[in-house]
Formats: sequence, C-alpha cells, structure tokens
Amino acid sequence: MNQDIIGAISTPPGEGGIAIVRISGEGAIEKINEVFYPKAKGKELIYQKPFTLTLGYIRDEGQGMVDEVLVSLMKSPRSYTGEDMVEINCHGGALAAKRCLERVLSLGIRLAQPGEFTQRAFLNGKIDAVQAEAVIDIIRAKTDRGLKLALKQLEGKNSQYIKSMEDNILEANMLLEASLDFSEDVGDLDYERVRELLQMSRDGIDKMLKAGELGDIYKEGISVAICGKPNVGKSSLLNALLGKERAIVTDVPGTTRDLIEEYVNIRGIPVRIIDTAGIRDTSDLVEKLGINRAKQAIKDADLIILVLDVEAGMTEEDIRIFQELENKERIILLVNKDDLLEKKIKKEDIELHFSGIDVIWASIKEDIGIQSLAEMIERKVMAGLADGEQLEFTVSLRQKELLKEAGQYIQEVLEALELVPLDCLGVDMQNALSSLGQLTGKDLKEESIDRIFREFCIGK
Amino acid sequence: MIYQAGNFEVVVIGAGHAGCEAALAAARMGCKTLLCTLSMEHIALMPCNPSIGGPAKAQLVREIDALGGEMAINIDKAQIQMRTINTGKGPAVQALRAQADKQEYYREMLKTLLAQPNLDLLMAEIEDLEIKQGRVSAVITKTGARFQCQAVVITSGTYLKGRIIIGDVIYDGGPGNQFPAQKLSASLLNHGIELGRFKTGTPPRINRRSVDFSKMIEQPGDDRPLRFSFMSPRIKRPQLSCWLTHSTPRTHQIVMDNIDRAPMFTGVIKGRGPRYCPSFEDKVVRFSHKDAHQLFIEPEGRFTDEMYVQGLNTSLPEDVQIEVLKSIPGLEKVRIMRTGYAIEYDYVPPSQLKLSLEIKQIEGLFTAGQINGTSGYEEAAAQGLVAGINAALKVKEKEALILKRNESFIGVLIDDLVNKEIDEPYRLLTSRAEYRLLLRQDNADIRLTPKGREIGLVDDRRWEAFNRKMETLEDTRTLFQLNSFTPAHREAADFLKQKGSAPLKDRISWWDLLKRPEISVSDFEEMNWIEPLDEEIAEQIQIQSKYQGYIAKQQEQVKKFEKLENRKIPEEIDYDEVYGLANEARQRLKAVRPSSMGQASRITGVNPADINVLYIFLEKKRRN
Repeated sequence: MNQDIIGAISTPPGEGGIAIVRISGEGAIEKINEVFYPKAKGKELIYQKPFTLTLGYIRDEGQGMVDEVLVSLMKSPRSYTGEDMVEINCHGGALAAKRCLERVLSLGIRLAQPGEFTQRAFLNGKIDAVQAEAVIDIIRAKTDRGLKLALKQLEGKNSQYIKSMEDNILEANMLLEASLDFSEDVGDLDYERVRELLQMSRDGIDKMLKAGELGDIYKEGISVAICGKPNVGKSSLLNALLGKERAIVTDVPGTTRDLIEEYVNIRGIPVRIIDTAGIRDTSDLVEKLGINRAKQAIKDADLIILVLDVEAGMTEEDIRIFQELENKERIILLVNKDDLLEKKIKKEDIELHFSGIDVIWASIKEDIGIQSLAEMIERKVMAGLADGEQLEFTVSLRQKELLKEAGQYIQEVLEALELVPLDCLGVDMQNALSSLGQLTGKDLKEESIDRIFREFCIGK
Repeated sequence: MIYQAGNFEVVVIGAGHAGCEAALAAARMGCKTLLCTLSMEHIALMPCNPSIGGPAKAQLVREIDALGGEMAINIDKAQIQMRTINTGKGPAVQALRAQADKQEYYREMLKTLLAQPNLDLLMAEIEDLEIKQGRVSAVITKTGARFQCQAVVITSGTYLKGRIIIGDVIYDGGPGNQFPAQKLSASLLNHGIELGRFKTGTPPRINRRSVDFSKMIEQPGDDRPLRFSFMSPRIKRPQLSCWLTHSTPRTHQIVMDNIDRAPMFTGVIKGRGPRYCPSFEDKVVRFSHKDAHQLFIEPEGRFTDEMYVQGLNTSLPEDVQIEVLKSIPGLEKVRIMRTGYAIEYDYVPPSQLKLSLEIKQIEGLFTAGQINGTSGYEEAAAQGLVAGINAALKVKEKEALILKRNESFIGVLIDDLVNKEIDEPYRLLTSRAEYRLLLRQDNADIRLTPKGREIGLVDDRRWEAFNRKMETLEDTRTLFQLNSFTPAHREAADFLKQKGSAPLKDRISWWDLLKRPEISVSDFEEMNWIEPLDEEIAEQIQIQSKYQGYIAKQQEQVKKFEKLENRKIPEEIDYDEVYGLANEARQRLKAVRPSSMGQASRITGVNPADINVLYIFLEKKRRN
C-alpha cells in the first residue's frame, strides 16, 4: 500500500517506567535515523538489522537531546502493521514521550488516527478478516469519543474565542475570493484589512498554542534545578520546599553526590525539583560523574535557582557557575542566610555581577523568603504564556499540529501578501482554512462562499 | 394516437446551450441524433444577460472548446465586445468575457446544427419518456410521434412547468414568453425521479434611443480583444461599449414604497433563488445601508435597440419597474422594451445523478443544464457537452467520460452537483476549485484536448494545431532551461541594470531569470536573444516559469487527492452490509453511491471515521 508514515505514543497515558513511540510506514527507519544518534559509533539505525535494539539519543533541532532511548526496528512485511516500523522506547512520564513524539512529527510524519496501526495491520493482511469488525469498533469508538472530547475541550468556555479567530480567517478569505470571483461588484482587495485579519488570526493561534502550553504546565508540570557551589544550602532549600527532610544535609562539601528529584506542588503547578550536586572542580571520580549529570539536568530545566550564601561570600566559583548557565532569563538568584548580621555579600555586589536577574533574599533555616520564591516561580512560568488572558485550553497533540499548520500557512500568506498574485495567495489561504476546519470539524470553504453572498451585494 | 415516427440512437430534449452541445457532441461522435426544440426561432437562446465568460465561466468555455464543443467558437463569431477581467490578479483567475449579439449567436448556432451530419432538428414538445426494464427506450411528442432511441438527454432549462411572475401578474410560461413544457415533469415523477423547484429572474430591457449615455461611464472593450476558441481567427470586428450607472436613494425609496407588491416578499414566489443573483428588491432590503447599486447597461446586439440592465433583475409590477428605471441617472426618459420577470421551474436534485450525468436508476437517461439545478449558459453548455458525450459512449457501450476535479472546472462543477446538497441554483466560482492554479483558461487545451481526441470529438485540424503547439512549447521550454547567463555576460548585465533587476552572482538559466517579477518573455524577444514567439507560447512559458513554486505546491496536493480518487468503490456495494457506518453517512452513501473513496469523502455528512470503516469493509470483501 502506498501510505504515508504515521506515529503515535502507543503506551497508555500516565506514569510508567517507559513509554513507546511507535512509527509505521515505508521509509520510517530512514526518517527516524535523521534524529537518532547512536551511543556507539556506526550503529546508525539504517545499518541495523531488523529485530535489534539500539541505544542512543533523540536529538532536537539544535544539538540538544530530547531523551535517551532504546530503539527497536522491524522491517516490512514482518511487523505488526506489515510496514517498516520503528519503536522508540523512551523514559516514562507524559513529558518525555510527548517530546519524542513531537520531534518525530516535526520530520513530516503524520500523527496516527485512533486505531490506524491496527487498521493498517488489517489492510496489509496481518490480521485475519474475522477480526475486521473488532478493528472497526476500535476506530468507531475512539474517533467518535475522541472527536467529541477534543471538541468539548477546545470549546468549553472558549468557544467565543475560537469563533472570533475562525471569523477573522474566514473574512480574510472571503475578501480575497470575492475580489477574484466578483471583482466588478466588490472592487479591489483591501490589502490592509486582509493583513490585519490575518495578523489577528495568527496572533489568535499563537495565543491558543501558548495557552495550550500553559495547560500542559498544569498537567505535566515543569522542572526546576537548584544549583550553586557546594554547601550553600541547596539541599536545605529542597527540603524547605518539600516541607520534609529528604536530601542528606551535612556541612561536608560534596555530600550530595547524585541528583535528587522530588515532586512538589507549587501554587497548583506540579514542579519537579532537581537538587544538583554541588558544582566544583574535583578529582573524586564518583563526584565527577554526579557533576556531569547535574550539568545536563541544569541544561534541561525550565527554571534554575542559583543559591548563594552570605556567610561564604561571593567567590569566583559563583560567578563561573552563573556564567555557564544558558538562558539567563530562567534564573532565580536566591541569597541564603540573609538573617545573619554579618553579610559578606552586599546588594551592590549582586547588581554588579547579576544585573537583570531576579533576586530573593532568604533564610532557608528561618523560613524567610520561601513564600516569595514560590510566587516568583509561578510568575516566571506564566510569563509570556497567556498574556494575562484567561484561556483555559488543553490542546491535544493533534489540535496542536493543526493549529501550527494553520499558523504556518497564514504566515506564508502574510509574507507573500502584495508580492504574489492573488490566486497564488489563495493556495495557502485555502490550506489554512482546511487545517482550521479539521480542528473545528467544519467545512470552512463552503462557509466562506456563503459569507461572500451575505456580506456583499452581488448579482447581475 | 401514437405513431412510430423514427429511430434514433440519441434524442436530446431542448435546444438551449446544454442541448446544442449535447446534440452536436453525440452527432459528431457518430450517433444518429435527434434534437427537439419547443421553438425553432429560439435555439441557443440567451434569455437573460447578453454575455458569456467571466471568472470560472471563461475557464468552462475554454474547456468546452478544448474538448471539441461549440460554445467558444460560436461566441467568437457572435461577440460584440471582448474584455479580460481580473488582469493582474494572477493567471488562474484571469478571465475573458464576451458581450454577445443574441440574434447572431442564435443564427450561428442554428447554421452549425443544420450543417451537422447525423443530426436532425425537430420542433416538438416531448411529453413522455418510455422506460423498459430500467432503460430508456423512446420519447413521445405532444402530437403522438414516438421516436425509438437508446439514450436521451434532457436539457429542459427553466421550461419544466415554468411559471412567470411580474407583480401580481402570474402565468404559465417559459423564458421570454415561450410556451412552457407542462407534461414532461409528470412523466419524470412517474419514473421515480424526484423534482424540486427553483426560481430565477431577469431585468427589464430598455430602448437604446431613450438612454442619456452622457450621464454614464463608458465601459469599452479591450484594445486587443482575445478569443475564446483555440481555433478561432483573430478578432477584428469593432467593439461596442457597455455603460455604467447606478441606482439612487430615490430608486430605493420607490422599491420600499412598493415592497408590499413584490412577489419576493408576499410569498407568491416559493422556489429558492440564487444568492449570487438576487433580485433588485432583495438587494435593497438586505443591504439597506447602501444608497447606490451598480448597474451596467449592455447592448443585446448590433441590430437591435434593446439594452440589458445588468443588476436590476426584478419581479416588481410593471408600473413600479418603469418608475424604478426612471429614477436612475441617464434613464430619466427611458422607454421599456421588455418587462423584467421572475420564473419558477422544476429541476432534478442532482444527487440523483452519476458523475456521467446519467440518472442513477434509469439507464440511458441523462440530464444537463438548469434542470440539474445550475444557473448560467456556460454551466449548462459544459454539462450538455458531457451528457452528450456520455450518451454517445453509452450507445457505443463504452466507459463514460468522467472529468476530475484536478483536471477541469467541468469536473469540479459535476462533482459538486452530485456530492453536495444543492439548495439554490448552483453557480461555478473559481473558489470552488481547490486546484484553481492548475485549471487556468490558458492551459485548457493542454489539459483536455488529448481527452477530446480520444473520445472522437477533436477533429484532425484541431489535433494537428494542438500537436504543433505542444512541440513548439516543449522546444521553447528547453531553450529557456538550457540557456543561461553568467555574471560576465556584458549584454545581460547591462540589460538587468536598465531593468532595475539585481545583478547576477552565479550562472542563471533563462528559465530562472524569468521568475524575477520584472523580467518577461518579451524582454528576451526585444533583446533578440530569441526569435519572436507565438502569443500563446509566450504566455505558457511565462506562467509555467513564474508560478512554478505555487504550481508545484498544488501538484503535491493533487497527488494526495488522487490516492483516494483511485480507490474505487464497486458499483454493487450494499451499504446496509457495512458494519460500523454512522446512520447519516449510510443514508447519504446510499443516495449518492460514490464511485471512489475520494468522492465518498466529499459527500456532505460522511466523516473520516466512516471512510476508514469503508476501507476495512472493502478489504474484507476483497479477501472473501
């Protein structure tokens, strides 16, 4: 069968040891090979035999790592679907699998519809005809319920919002098409109005995507890494946030040799807190390993709390750690032991070396500043996501794909506006309509034609 | 008394735009054909606007021509003005439009019909169809003549139980005060065909000598008029002008003062009218914030003083029509020559048709044109051509011609008719074609002439001309793709500088150079880099190079579309057997009976899940 490549998470949602992202279709192995970096040299997927497991990483668009994974391969026709198949075993938990899948979809692989793997298995003769009705039941049940659920989620309190976004793109399309089919009745295209409408729908889509991310945050949480030089109170901070003793707290530098992860609810957001090993130059091999893992965790974290200690003072080590951190806007500087009278760190020092960074003066031991820290974590997470507007979306991956697609097409129209003839603009405009239509389950092309007759007085 | 009057292979009922194409196509394909008309004086009648073409419609006319139909050739002979609309909006929506001399259009078409071998013309009203074992076998006229036949094409336009409405004056009639066809509807109902009722209308005609053109804006034809047919000689005849004026607040006041006498609002008119062609009273009521509506005054021919008032179709009482006209700048002293009217008529909801335009449950019976719920001369002619072709193919026991959405506007038109619920007279729009960029008026011959040749409609003369054009096109394209300039090319560098075009950095092919907006094929001619090209070739090269990116994008979409289109659904499928279909989908699938998965997916009420269910059913069937 001449089919495209599809992918989906095929393990049940929720926490689990591992999750599997399954990909099926001709050329699936070559596609995944593009983003898979084997741990051992020469073990690229395209050189691997069917029914093998390969250890490696899924890489993101840059050089970053999405997850460490085990990949199994199956070759057509000896696979579940009868097509070439790849199964990526990634870390459990919603986030890792979802990131893997998103990376896979970014390769132009299509998100599988409910029951589609099984359907393909059937169409390719891998499942007995007797089982066909069972396959249909799966598709029916999953798509009908899925569609209803997805629409309900999408609409809910926000139906007005979606409606206005849809209205904008429909009006833009209507103006364009009316000026093509009825130029004598409606005159030339009002480019400014079209630009404005497209811009608004583009912004609307961005907002929805961001609101979706916000929804994700409440559902899937964020990660916060605590870092700083040894013995400034990182583990105490973790315990303070948890409200219990978890990390071994001693005065001996280098006690925390491994990553300690804990989940805590901060103002309704599930937060995974990672206490990293004190970062310092060391010759201790075990500690070195811990430090390497800490560096990776810091790199991946959504937020970083850098802890300083007024007693220990500010050293070159603190500055070095700070400088090594990427994306400075995600840093919160926590200055510990502010209750001590004799302070080796002054406000001016902070402003000099950490200008523009959010600072909290705290005493972990005396429970001072912990509340402000929680507030700041919330504020930083929300910054730039919802623009203060109350949108409550949980956007499913499919909806996200469609929104992104529509946004992309609208962007292309915006960029080409006034540069290419109108009939060419129509190509991407209609694509955008089709993506949005799939999202809301409407035939927007027809609606747009209806609208021409409603808005304009046309006729011989 | 019924008597045996003759034996034909194909009988066409109605000699309007659809009927003429159908009859000519069948006869040209070698079928002994009878064309019946209610009036020998009203063949190829244009009872409404005196124009052919415009967006989407021009594409249809060119497609008819490319397949070997007549409309394009006929309008080229009868035109009194040619104008290209939408210049500068892109090649896909650029459209030629002609003003026609209505009398000449009739005379020229009559000449062609009379000269056509295999074709008989008869003035008669068909009152009954004879169906035997689900197949049409004969037609019977009002006067008792029975013509035996193997296929029938009904192109009854708005004549089926036509009813004319002017204010409170209501009478049975066809367009332009013709006799209506009163009995055929009952025959269709008897044979199990469902009928619906639509409405349309036309404006009053006025006397040219009573018009003050100094108060209007002249709309002249193009300086270099183009032609519709790929085969027509260049147009040299002087062009006549149209005139633009507008309604005034007083006009609207007159309408509102008399709205209680408007059949549109009193409930007299029950048929659904087209939104894209509203009556003037409708416009005034719905768009009350507008204090002026455009009106075009168009000549109806060279040897008549009648002029058409485009934009003023109405069924208001005659006295109100006159008052309305007199309130329009330039028409203060107007004398009316024909009164505007609304007309209601029976149509066949087209979901009863196959994509070949054959009625599903009656073999050999085809319908085309307004009877299928469309409006427009061009839409009618396009369907007539397809129905005529398929009637002839039926007689020859060959597979029907079905044009696809990705290869023609005709395909879009027919596919929409069959799959969509048509609840108002259907008009084709360019926005209805998802692959619009590929379906341009300029490449209709490239898309369709080989098909026309295959079915036997394209004669040797057209075929040779087409092949010559294709060869030249190929050679020219190669010329542009193989030749290139380097940055060191002095002449090219100077030329680019003078054109304000960026200097070259690397070697560039002529083809790629053409993609620059400021560079055109004519530049290459003027620089003497190439021999002067034929206009049509230059146009093709220009479009194919400049729009290559977007065209490729659409071709990508077509590939996906074709995948589903090529998955055929067996004709004998029983949808009651398909486990797991949603109820609505099952009903619609049973009604439409799509021929492919692609078609099934376009039917109103059929969801993606239903398509998947259908896939599995078919696979299961295949294995058993």
